[in-house]
Amino acid sequence: MSQGNSSKLGWLLPVACAVVLGVAGPMLGNYASDFIVKVMILSIFALSLELLVGTTGLVSLGHAAFYGIGAYVTVLASGNEGGNLALLLPAAMGAAALYALFVGALSLRTRGVYFIMVTLAFAQMAFFVFHDTKVGGGSDGIYLYVRPALGKLLDLENRTVLFYVVLAALVFTYGLLALVRRSRFGAALAGIRVNEQRMRAAGFPVYGYKLAAFVLAGALAGLAGFLLASRDGVVNPELLAWHNSGEVLLMVILGGLGHLRGAVIGAVAFTLLKEIFSTHAVMGPLADHWQLTLGIAIIVFVALLPKGLIGLVQRLSPKGAA
Amino acid sequence: MDFGTFLVQCLNSVQYGLLLFLVASGLTLIFGIMGVINLAHGSFYMIGAYMAFSLAPLFGDQFLLMLAAGVVLAAIFGYLLEWAFFSYLYQRDHLQQVLMTYGLILVFEELRSILVGNDVHGVKVPAWLDGSFALGSVMSYPWYRLFASAACIVLAVGLYWVVNRTRLGMMIRAGASNRDMVRGLGIDVKRLYRIVFAAGVALAALAGMIAAPMSSVYPNMGASVLIICFVLVVIGGIGSITGALVASLLVGFVDTFGKVFFADLAGIGIYLLMAIVLIWKPEGLMGRRP
Repeated sequence: MSQGNSSKLGWLLPVACAVVLGVAGPMLGNYASDFIVKVMILSIFALSLELLVGTTGLVSLGHAAFYGIGAYVTVLASGNEGGNLALLLPAAMGAAALYALFVGALSLRTRGVYFIMVTLAFAQMAFFVFHDTKVGGGSDGIYLYVRPALGKLLDLENRTVLFYVVLAALVFTYGLLALVRRSRFGAALAGIRVNEQRMRAAGFPVYGYKLAAFVLAGALAGLAGFLLASRDGVVNPELLAWHNSGEVLLMVILGGLGHLRGAVIGAVAFTLLKEIFSTHAVMGPLADHWQLTLGIAIIVFVALLPKGLIGLVQRLSPKGAA
Repeated sequence: MDFGTFLVQCLNSVQYGLLLFLVASGLTLIFGIMGVINLAHGSFYMIGAYMAFSLAPLFGDQFLLMLAAGVVLAAIFGYLLEWAFFSYLYQRDHLQQVLMTYGLILVFEELRSILVGNDVHGVKVPAWLDGSFALGSVMSYPWYRLFASAACIVLAVGLYWVVNRTRLGMMIRAGASNRDMVRGLGIDVKRLYRIVFAAGVALAALAGMIAAPMSSVYPNMGASVLIICFVLVVIGGIGSITGALVASLLVGFVDTFGKVFFADLAGIGIYLLMAIVLIWKPEGLMGRRP
């Protein structure tokens, strides 16, 4: 899974996308702007999981827990008056990272299928904490009365500000993960994915590296959760439900494993797909049963495109056949 | 808590644990032998419960006949599903198995919603199992729950016998440890897999049918039982039927008594148990070290 010839031009496309979004932001209508913000948040979420699945080779099926915890902490810490962004954001990411430390420390003692099951089970535990207790308003969830703000400068109540903050967060996440992948740490993670035994034999503290990746991924998922709570103004336990973990895993593989772009492409494609399947104008009466079409689409996609959409592009262009 | 209540809760724990074992043993068979991680296993349990809801009015008081009919239907369904879908999953890696069976769950859930709707249903206990068994003034216990426990014990013993004492069981055990060797011996592995898969589906569906009169039949029941099964497999150790049994009984106790003592946080008890086991023995109680 080499990056191929993309190393020289690889950064150009994402930067161009960010610039286009940055310029076009204020011109978008409400629907388009809302939709793009949603996709960008999901992209951050998918990118955070890509660090685990694509880079390190750890298939986690409980990533929604960190996303949900980030969102819940944002709302719980806001209070009725609204909170300070500079405090809420670190709190949300920190709480998610802390739970990731706990889950990672235990689940990384296992591997393979065990790891999949354990991460799923711990995510479900977090789900039940919010679902069964009154901490987060039970199954109804809780509302965020006033969105986070930083003085007069950054008020997420304002659409345009929210758009740019989410865009900045996406650029930050993408840039950070790109740096991580180029660093020694990232190289070690890639080595662990390819051959864990050899890395251990070479003297790398494999467990520590994996745990660090797990916590970083958790914190970034918490960032996505913070943004989601700020956008929606409401959180409920469904955010942590395992359907969400399954969906984000699907985004990562749908786009293509082992590429940061893959996670973003996957998030865009999946959200579009879901939107199309549930639109009456396109699907007619089938729109009521979008889960059925989505389920079949998932099966077909995974069967036909084991390397994701990026793999499709590579297959179609003769140059990138490497 | 007086002695009678304690006894009742103990019986409930065992009954719940045995029921979980029925579902988990199917998962263990399918995973241990075919190496397929099947997220849709919970759906088979749900399908069983809805089958009980739909079949009960047809069979009236012939409850055992209904169970038999349901098992046959579920086994045929499993056989066809293996032929049409799962047989293509063996060569795929775990990640793809997870995603494709996840897609399958969405399909099953939506088909259920189209066919039977999203309401919560109850299933009547058959008349001959209605009422309670009284032990003096100490306690009384519903006959149906005793029947459920007995049925699960019979099935567990039967499963143990098949796996450890029959030729089919020998092939299953051999297939679990070395697939190529079994193929080399001239055993039709494809058919063996199909039979084991059908049996796994039938076991899960049977558990769902038995559970239906005790708990309500509701849309999300597949997912919740699946996750408990995963916890069981982690606690018991992958591929070990005995491990699955021990873990099921443990989880049955923790869950039942958790609900008695900590109503609010009952859901978390089994995960704490799992965390403790992971700290102590990451490969599970009866699992082999990888």
